[in-house]
Amino acid sequence: MRIALTINSELRELEVAPGETLLDALRGAGYTGVKRGCEAGTCGSCVVLLDGTPSFSCLLFAAACEGRKVTTIEALGAPNRPHVIMSAFAEEAGVQCGYCVPGMVLTTHALLEQNASPSEEEVRGALDGHLCRCTGYVKQVRAILKAAERLAEERAAGKESSR
Amino acid sequence: MNESRKRDEGSPDAYQVVGKSERKLDALALAAGRAAFTDDQAFPHLLHAKLLWSPHAHARIRRIDAQKARELPGVACVLTHEDVPRVLHTTAGQGFPEPSPYDTPMLDHKVRYVGDRVAAVCAESRAVAERALKLIEVEYEPLPAVFDLREADAPGAPVIHDEPDCRAVIPVPYEPARNIAAKVDMRVGDLDAGFAQSELVVDHEVETHYGQHTPIEPHITICYLDDYGRLVIRTSTQVPFHVRRIVAQSTGHPLNQIRVIKPRIGGGFGAKQEVLEDIVAMLCLRTGRPVKLEYTRAEEFVSTRTRHPAVIRVKAGFAKDGTMQALHMRARTNTGAYGSHALTVVCNCGAKTLPLYRCPNIGFDADSVYTNLPVAGAYRGYGGTQAAFALEVVMDDAAAKLGLDPIELRRKLHIQAGEGSPVFRALGEGKEGVEQKIGSCKLPDCLNRGAAAIGWTEKRAAPRASGRYRRGVGMAALMQGSSIPEIDMGAASLKMNEDGSFNLLCGATDLGTGSDTVLAQIAAEALGTSLDKILVYSSDTDLTPFDVGAYASSTTYLSGQAVRDTAFRVRDQILEVAARALGVPPAEVTLAGGVARAAGKQVSYSQIALRALYEQDQFQIGAIGSAISHVSPPPFAAHFAEVEVDMRTGRTTVLSYVAAVDCGTAINPKLAEGQIEGAVMNGIGYALTEEMCFNAEGRCLNASFRHYRIPGPRDLPDLRTILVPTHEPTGPYGAKSVSEICINGPLPVLSNAIFHAAGVRMIRSPFTAERVWRALKAAE
Ligand code: FES
Ligand code: FES
Repeated sequence: MRIALTINSELRELEVAPGETLLDALRGAGYTGVKRGCEAGTCGSCVVLLDGTPSFSCLLFAAACEGRKVTTIEALGAPNRPHVIMSAFAEEAGVQCGYCVPGMVLTTHALLEQNASPSEEEVRGALDGHLCRCTGYVKQVRAILKAAERLAEERAAGKESSR
Repeated sequence: MNESRKRDEGSPDAYQVVGKSERKLDALALAAGRAAFTDDQAFPHLLHAKLLWSPHAHARIRRIDAQKARELPGVACVLTHEDVPRVLHTTAGQGFPEPSPYDTPMLDHKVRYVGDRVAAVCAESRAVAERALKLIEVEYEPLPAVFDLREADAPGAPVIHDEPDCRAVIPVPYEPARNIAAKVDMRVGDLDAGFAQSELVVDHEVETHYGQHTPIEPHITICYLDDYGRLVIRTSTQVPFHVRRIVAQSTGHPLNQIRVIKPRIGGGFGAKQEVLEDIVAMLCLRTGRPVKLEYTRAEEFVSTRTRHPAVIRVKAGFAKDGTMQALHMRARTNTGAYGSHALTVVCNCGAKTLPLYRCPNIGFDADSVYTNLPVAGAYRGYGGTQAAFALEVVMDDAAAKLGLDPIELRRKLHIQAGEGSPVFRALGEGKEGVEQKIGSCKLPDCLNRGAAAIGWTEKRAAPRASGRYRRGVGMAALMQGSSIPEIDMGAASLKMNEDGSFNLLCGATDLGTGSDTVLAQIAAEALGTSLDKILVYSSDTDLTPFDVGAYASSTTYLSGQAVRDTAFRVRDQILEVAARALGVPPAEVTLAGGVARAAGKQVSYSQIALRALYEQDQFQIGAIGSAISHVSPPPFAAHFAEVEVDMRTGRTTVLSYVAAVDCGTAINPKLAEGQIEGAVMNGIGYALTEEMCFNAEGRCLNASFRHYRIPGPRDLPDLRTILVPTHEPTGPYGAKSVSEICINGPLPVLSNAIFHAAGVRMIRSPFTAERVWRALKAAE
């Protein structure tokens, strides 16, 4: 069947099979930043933003996403124009194998939209549902706190310059 | 050439690139979701493979009929044991000839555990492949099975490998008729006399459990034929060169017709040292089309590899003053249905623990047995994890009985720089070991700084609380190794480009650890240039030189030496060209910051490269070099934890954890810390919650993240890492290994801390709430 949805601000029509997950549909359409780790909603590597909310794409039927807005990691930045959150993960060594990272970056993005200066507790709470086997989370939590700080600085500077 | 300059690494304070927390080269591309993993490249006409797994723990296949599956539209190929060559090999992914027995064919007429391979299908879609599996008719003759490692060699136990052709390929004991996959023993001094002289003997038998690595990216392989018909294996592996060799062996396809490419991989921790690619290669060769096999999470748990469960008894005898008189370790591991890493893991139970303490009389008796449970393999820590548990709880009890602080006893007994241990020579990996003297050891500083960070003295002295929640602190000392001496080899090549950049090609395998970055830092340092001038490409059997791969804590230490030595040779060529350009002898030229200087004049690396490539006496500035290791210098660590035990439920919470580690020079401190933090958290999970459980038929009951709990972000304690720098004289820029050692800490540290907090000694892992509660009840 054909479904229409917005992926990364682009209106897309995808041919999907009944029962196909959003994860498979996205990867099939070339959004390979969405990773598969368990297909059971337990690892977080497949997280995308569905209308702005972090969601396990492995648990969603693609067909049920008709008309919705999906954001994948590809929308947030690229290696040559990285998002602040990506840079913070890279600089703080929050990336080892990196398989878990795109999902975490998206969750962080959603968190910081809601809560511009989260506490360490809140960061860990927001990351709940994401598993990382490489880093032990220490540096990832630090990266997120750093990204929050940077974004706050940028906002402050933006206000300054727009005055 | 200027020999002293060639070997002189300069002084640590003067390092420009080494010792700096440079950003991991691939970090941004990974964070942006762009760096390509195995499955991130599209292959037209890709076939999807699925494997049929055994539902029986032990059975003979009486009849197998795949006709209906083959007839299903969309099915391209079905393979059973009747369709493939039967070449016994080992999947262990080790150097040649392997220390693991040849006991595994691609597919067999017998299955040996629930989850063993029965058949393979590839089809136009995953769904069709899954449907086809159901159409394969198999008639099994179930056989009696054995699951308990204590019963595996009992008279009358079912023989798991009764095939006449299974064999060891190096001269080591191997008795498949008794389910003995490996056996090793060692004696130093006179053990009986040592114990007879001892005023205190402490004895514990610990038992460890089945655990799985759980890389977040499950095993995945895509095989295809390139434009010339050669087989390309794009795979998530730690050992590309071993994959090429072993797939050639198992399939009979010529090695020179195989190319293995390792793209980015989503973690390995030893699980991806295992060579499971042969069946995908076979499906590709039979169909001529690209074939992908991606394990599900459940398959990853059961049908890839696990950690060897072990029963380890340590008995230690001491004089009143704490001097150790005798030390005996009896280790038995369960290798599961196949003998992958059976010998070497059990050897390492002794080799990575017994040298830690000075003792004149040492005994080690070990074996590894087959059972009808999932296959064990390499897992970070590699025997050290299981054995450090046994040794360090014995040390803890001994300290208490001697009236010494646990730190004090370690300080008194641990091996020091300049000392050797008879164990180094007596115990190798499948053969005799190698004599070595410790070149660097700052364990005393690790003990001091770790103790200060956790608040040891106050917390240890505080009286045991009496309420529901009780806190306690525990510690352990640890060692590992760096590479397998006289066995492992790594190689690299470097060539210089017009703008003064260099292509670094290395066989070493970055499985997320950051080894590409670390090796590039070593190259940049040796070449006198900056990190951004080093372009790394690794792990492609067609393009990069050989490397044994990412295991045995060898990459930084050994592949790092290969890179450094190769870079020194390139440096000599740069000096020569620069000298000619500047009109001075090479000895007068200094290199730094991508510029050659002499006699007040200078020439940039770019000018040097242009001269060499285009202008005069042209040649390619470049070299290829390799390194083998002659010793395996241990990194050392002291770990500490504070726990809180809920006396009503038995639940243990880790409040804080400190890992103080001597890994020589940390080439990239942040990445080294990351290795430590990841290993500690993995170890805490293994110690407290992670356990594969089996029913009476040998079926795994919890092959999912929902039921096999690995630590999540909320489980993170206050975790502190202290790098204690040393300079290892044999390592590149003083480096030793860091990746494995810290996973060995949590089992003994938490057992010791629980004992301090609640007065019960946990010797059976993991220390789940239920087990601690039972121990508390029993002690009442
Ligand atoms: S793949 Fe979706 S949560 Fe793991
Ligand atoms: S960085 Fe490897 S799983 Fe998180």
